[in-house]
Amino acid sequence: MPEVALDFEKPIIELEKRIAELRQIAEQEGLEAGDELRELEKKADHLRKEVFSRLTRWQRVQLARHPLRPYTLDYIDRIMQEFIELHGDRLFADDGAVVGGLATFEGMKIVLIGQQKGRETKEKLARNFGMMHPEGYRKALRLMRLAEKFRLPVVTFIDTPGAYPGIQAEERGQANAIADNILAMTRIRTPMIAVIIGEGGSGGALAIAVTDRVLMMENAIYSVISPEGCAAILWADRAMAEQAAESLRITAPDLQELAIIDVVIPEPLGGAHRDPGAAAESVRTALRAALEELTRIPIDRVLDERASKYLRMGVFHDPGAVSGG
Amino acid sequence: MAWFKKSERGLKTPAKRAVPDGLWMRCEFCQEILYRKELERDFWICDRCGFHFRISSAEYVRILLDEGSFSEIDEDLEPLDPLRFKDSKRYPDRLKKYQEQTGLKEAIRTGTGTVERIPIVFAVLEFSFGGGSLGSVMGEKIVRAADLSLATRRPLVILSCSGGARMQEGILSLMQLAKTSVAIGKLAEQAIPFLSIVTHPTTGGVSASFAMQGDLILAEPRALIGFAGPRVIQQTIGQDLPEGFQRSEFLLDHGMVDLIVSRRDLKSLLARVLRYFPYPESPRREEGAAGETERR
Repeated sequence: MPEVALDFEKPIIELEKRIAELRQIAEQEGLEAGDELRELEKKADHLRKEVFSRLTRWQRVQLARHPLRPYTLDYIDRIMQEFIELHGDRLFADDGAVVGGLATFEGMKIVLIGQQKGRETKEKLARNFGMMHPEGYRKALRLMRLAEKFRLPVVTFIDTPGAYPGIQAEERGQANAIADNILAMTRIRTPMIAVIIGEGGSGGALAIAVTDRVLMMENAIYSVISPEGCAAILWADRAMAEQAAESLRITAPDLQELAIIDVVIPEPLGGAHRDPGAAAESVRTALRAALEELTRIPIDRVLDERASKYLRMGVFHDPGAVSGG
Repeated sequence: MAWFKKSERGLKTPAKRAVPDGLWMRCEFCQEILYRKELERDFWICDRCGFHFRISSAEYVRILLDEGSFSEIDEDLEPLDPLRFKDSKRYPDRLKKYQEQTGLKEAIRTGTGTVERIPIVFAVLEFSFGGGSLGSVMGEKIVRAADLSLATRRPLVILSCSGGARMQEGILSLMQLAKTSVAIGKLAEQAIPFLSIVTHPTTGGVSASFAMQGDLILAEPRALIGFAGPRVIQQTIGQDLPEGFQRSEFLLDHGMVDLIVSRRDLKSLLARVLRYFPYPESPRREEGAAGETERR
């Protein structure tokens, strides 16, 4: 694994390295782990808890974008018994920034759609850094229609900085594609669940996240605009991104408090990338519970509740209302 | 009725303030200097290049609806500050300034009216109120306007003019894309026409939701319409953008809008189009079902 550490991870990782070295020396020389080692381990434990029990919103932004963070295909590998990838929007192209197909999860047949970032430079480019073009949204919609037709639940994994802002994307109707998806998803007659695993970048994320249940990983973010973009507009200074992240309130606990998401999925201490296996198990547990609960509800009620959930969203003052807004 | 006076009064002040005072004005598209009185007489259209100046929501009400037919609804809905958002200014302070400048509580007017005597529900965005940005109040007012369309079976016409979502309401503003889509979907289900008029500029969250969900999408000439703003795109790709990029004519060429119509002809075209979608007095379901059986 390449060495990538965030500033606030560095002291912990350095300490862990020292512990590993000491342990190796001890093993080589046939010595028992000494007091020094135990002390260091205690210290590392303490440090981890201290740093990760009070992450700032900006630190969570960095964790959500961590280059080692598990991506959609990593979760598919770990928790799907089978995944048959299906390609293309049947109109223009196959968008590598989103994967989709038939999947088996805990014995259940589903349609799975997820935004995919790349790990190495070549893959990053092929995946366009997880930023979809219109054909990606149309591919996702086509697969949702397939799911609807055959009554398969839809699960989406959200991990995108946003919809791609480019010339071709605009030429092919980025706004139209997103608007179409959002409208269609309010009415698709099959249970749908979104899992925000990393970055939930604005309309580009929402276009596959208008669902009955929204689960969100502890260190994921979901926002109307990137903190950098917000800082550039409201402060005229991208360096104010940290402050913007605070103001925008984009973390999982924030969004649960605002009743936008349903479940916060716990991550292993230090973030999903420190223990991808444990992170995947955590997703498995939460997703299974949500799917089992949701698929038991009659589909008419699912649709009614989806509509009323979104109709309730918003905070305003209505002087005409008896009970206020 | 009480509302009538109120909306008439509300209509006049902001109309004057929407455009800076002065005898002469410069076209932001071709830089031509134009005589203000002439502009006013000609729907605020540059007579050299045809650029449509941005005008206020009140001005659109005046241009599109039959005189005195507009009856505003929900004008008292007010934005709150659910995130206690603070940037260089406090959100409530910004809101207060916009409210004073426009005489509106939010960046949208909704109500009923007639277009050449055809009854419609009309929603029009106000760009000079925080860039016409989409927040909780706009979302709610669109939903209520659509509900009124459902109840009265009047076609819904929304005229958009917006930079996108209201950042200061954070994720709640993003959710308005889904919220308004629920309402638009209900109209589609009942075959109540929804016409979207897009004007300069319409980008971001508004273009990625109701503005692009119309049964018909009509655009004013040379309007900037797109998902991402041109500056963002330029920064991302690091090269200059082609001439006319993201303008109405570009969208028409790429098949993204139905037609481009001059503001001079907007009202008559709207009426002509609406006559193709006669709204039934009773719910379509019953009528449609009866009709189907007979034909078979």
